[in-house]
Amino acid sequence: MSEPQAAGTTLPENVRQRLDVLRKRYPTPRAVLLPALHLAQEANGGWLSDAVIEAVAAELGLPNSDVYGVVTFYDLYHQKPVGRHRIRVCTNVSCMLRGSDEVMAAIAQELGVGEDEVTADGRCSYVHFECLGSCDTAPMMMIDQRYHENLTPEKARQIVKELE
Amino acid sequence: MAFEPVLSRNVGHPEALTVRGYRDRGGYVALEKGLKMEPAAITEEVKASGLRGRGGAGFPTGLKWTFIPKDSPKPKYLVCNADESEPGTFKDRLLMEKDPHQLIEGCLLTSFAVGAATTYIYIRGEYVDAANILERAIADAYQSGILGANVMGSGFRHDIYVHRGAGAYICGEETGLLESLEGKRGQPRVKPPFPAVVGAFGCPTVINNVETICCVPHIIERGSAWFKAIGPDERNTGPKLYAVSGHVERPGTYELPIGVTFQELLDVCGGIWKGRQLKAYVPGGASAPVLSADDRHLRLDFDTMAKAGSMLGSAAVMVMDDTTDMVRVCYRFAKFFSHESCGQCTPCREGTNWLTLLLHRILDGHGEPKDLDLIVSVANQIGGNSLCALGDAAVGPAKSFVTKFRHEFLARMGAAAPALAS
Ligand SMILES: Cc1cc2nc3c(=O)[nH]c(=O)nc-3n(C[C@H](O)[C@H](O)[C@H](O)COP(=O)(O)O)c2cc1C
Ligand code: SF4
Ligand code: FES
Repeated sequence: MSEPQAAGTTLPENVRQRLDVLRKRYPTPRAVLLPALHLAQEANGGWLSDAVIEAVAAELGLPNSDVYGVVTFYDLYHQKPVGRHRIRVCTNVSCMLRGSDEVMAAIAQELGVGEDEVTADGRCSYVHFECLGSCDTAPMMMIDQRYHENLTPEKARQIVKELE
Repeated sequence: MAFEPVLSRNVGHPEALTVRGYRDRGGYVALEKGLKMEPAAITEEVKASGLRGRGGAGFPTGLKWTFIPKDSPKPKYLVCNADESEPGTFKDRLLMEKDPHQLIEGCLLTSFAVGAATTYIYIRGEYVDAANILERAIADAYQSGILGANVMGSGFRHDIYVHRGAGAYICGEETGLLESLEGKRGQPRVKPPFPAVVGAFGCPTVINNVETICCVPHIIERGSAWFKAIGPDERNTGPKLYAVSGHVERPGTYELPIGVTFQELLDVCGGIWKGRQLKAYVPGGASAPVLSADDRHLRLDFDTMAKAGSMLGSAAVMVMDDTTDMVRVCYRFAKFFSHESCGQCTPCREGTNWLTLLLHRILDGHGEPKDLDLIVSVANQIGGNSLCALGDAAVGPAKSFVTKFRHEFLARMGAAAPALAS
């Protein structure tokens, strides 16, 4: 988990270099905003502090309000610190039909936190999520960038327990 | 049901992930052929094939391409819709992860036909693996002279870029997607103008679904007559990926001729799990009104589903057995739409929220019979009064569940509340 940066923060050099490559792909400067936010978030421990959001706005020459508007619109941008591991459990219908309730209960118990909370040691953040496009292997969850499929409560508990 | 796979023929053949392996399996032959054709002839072939969009609306693909103005001085774009966020849908992920070059080949042929120099593949942000696999395949294609300044020595120039979304169902709606691609909130635009005239960055743009684009190389290689011979009639043609989930023995993506019956599909999936009985199914994801067990012999094609009061949509078939709590499923769909409404039209923003609240009240055992009429009334005020099709999509499930399974909702009135996890 990173501490919030002070105002006037600039984006890390590697993010800016990557942005210079990406800019060439689009006819307008603004089109790199979503990629820029993804990169800035990754470089900031998985979440977007106000300082980072404003640094992205400055880098792209956009009003802060525009960038806040975009950040708040999308589910994958986070404005609060997240755990080292981000656990997203699918709760949509196909997963529900095959037992996501029990999986959620097992995970919440194993972590000792509720929906949208972070464990006290900062290890895991836990959220419910809409369909993740893996309904044939339901119930499922996504941890960081990886899908874990065909879960049972025991399997889910074991996977979560083994996270560093 | 034996059917020689077309779109999924490279599934189980990881060598197809490289240009070389893909070519060894017969890939890029269609592109070579297409690059020697007149662009308009490619469009004509696709038109003649009867291919209709696989993203949900079933719009004729070749016809859509003809809306691109020929005389515009502006650059033209192809946008591949890989947002795939309709609950129950996972077919495009398979196509991208298992056969990225098929999609690249389709993008090239489509772009050549309409004169686009750039393709953006807009992929939902959660599909990290698929995005990485595509990026690698694209890099390989550049190295092999299949992308770039001189595609296969033809003089045609083309670039493909993968653009990751950030978690918002509404960015699958084509104009919400364009806003998002331009770096804004994904709020759908007023139409007209249609994207074919004013699309990405104000320029003429074709938007097609991943599966639609993947059909194109096969049509060019084997001809429109071959494609058209697959399927029940002239209006429903070609191979189709059905994404089956829920209470079946073997959920998965199944490629079959478009227009198989639900029962045939169910048989291929091993039937209902645990030896139970079918109660209901949704043929096209969360947006499609529910059908009952009596509808099991209907053909899963665009027109049959529309006639039955539902829709084929993305062909995400969600199957429910006789133990399923229909109130709970209805509530969960309503909650999804309420969460995903972009908020710019009042009937959709407020209405989807009210549907969710009403259904939650019933689920909790605090509902009254008149709530069911209220649900229908609220739904009717959303339908037709919203800017994009999300509003209408929210109406179908709510009305169909409440109408067809009314007895289950009534049985919940005054009943004790079950614990709710989501
Ligand atoms: C709320 C909403 C979500 C949609 N999501 C998707 C999607 O994830 N993928 C897709 O291909 N089409 C989606 N569509 C349909 C697109 O708007 C558009 O019709 C489609 O991309 C056109 O491609 P096609 O003609 O090849 O099907 C969605 C439509 C709506 C209204
Ligand atoms: S119908 Fe709903 S999702 Fe579509 S534009 Fe209006 S508020 Fe947004
Ligand atoms: S409903 Fe869970 S992955 Fe689709």
